[in-house]
Amino acid sequence: MDVVNQLQRQFLDYSASLHREGFLDDQFTQLQKLQDENSPDFVVEVASLFFEDCEKLINNMARALEQQGVDFKQVDASVHQLKGSSSSIGAMRVKNVCIAFRSFCEAQNREGCLRCLQQVTHEYSLLKNKLQTLFRLEQQILAAGGSVPAIE
Amino acid sequence: MGMAADSEFHVLAVDDSIIDRKLIERLLKTSSYQVTTVDSGSKALEFLGLHEDDRIHQNTPSVSPNNHQEVEVNLVITDYCMPGMTGYDLLKKIKESSSLKNIPVVIMSSENVPSRISRCLEEGAEEFFLKPVRLSDLSKLRPHLLKTKSKDHCKEQVDEKPAFPSPKQEGKEEQQQSKNNKRKAMEEGVSPERTRPRPNGITSMV
Repeated sequence: MDVVNQLQRQFLDYSASLHREGFLDDQFTQLQKLQDENSPDFVVEVASLFFEDCEKLINNMARALEQQGVDFKQVDASVHQLKGSSSSIGAMRVKNVCIAFRSFCEAQNREGCLRCLQQVTHEYSLLKNKLQTLFRLEQQILAAGGSVPAIE
Repeated sequence: MGMAADSEFHVLAVDDSIIDRKLIERLLKTSSYQVTTVDSGSKALEFLGLHEDDRIHQNTPSVSPNNHQEVEVNLVITDYCMPGMTGYDLLKKIKESSSLKNIPVVIMSSENVPSRISRCLEEGAEEFFLKPVRLSDLSKLRPHLLKTKSKDHCKEQVDEKPAFPSPKQEGKEEQQQSKNNKRKAMEEGVSPERTRPRPNGITSMV
């Protein structure tokens, strides 16, 4: 079916671009491989948990950085968690910002931390949009009667 | 596909991150293990039938004198960095418990800290996995689990003959490999699941 082929190609191209642009790394592919008929929504579920977690952690960091006396250990704890989650889902750009963020926490550099917070918020929104687009493509393929091609 | 025998094994996974719990659960289920996940060391000890003060709770009617666990756990896999009780603390408590010390414990960590790895292995952890954990890492669990089912189980055994027929072709090699790789956080060699090297290049232990 032409429609299905077109959608499948779109999906593969889009997925490739996300990897090329560094939004996703190989860990995301590993997650996709873990999805099967026993756990058909695994990737979407993990992504949803990640988004929720991100928002919560970003809020925690923002609040902590607003304080008169910033508790950098507290900020660092949240960044450490976010780094872990982003690593587990394959969110490479988010993870990389977290690495820089931790250095600023260690240095107790409030300006640097605020910059990283901005960056991490930005990367998170970008990724969320892109993943939603990717998942939408998957749904379209399935709705057209096709199957989602495996990456690699 | 997992072997039917593996579904006999029950793994207790401990991690404070909900994402990592979901991930490890999927990895373990894909490998055909029964899984229970908890979000803290203290909940893990509770599940295992131990309390934080290290005494076995003797008033609980459902706990039998010989097996203090409500449900049998064949392996514990735990995150290292957790608030309150760390994975290392949990490992220690398990190894100090007469009823639980023979349960193999595996530590996971997002940080490759050689001294941390040594400490855990010295305290009796069977393996140390770097996060994110992969399916290929989990293949290292089987030998440790098979050991616990063997009647001649002896913790200090180094070269053991498999007591069971190894249906998986890599079963025997795995046993050798898991001994050799024990000190290495990163797996070496080509794994069938991994078709490209990790892009973020984890530094190896010095």
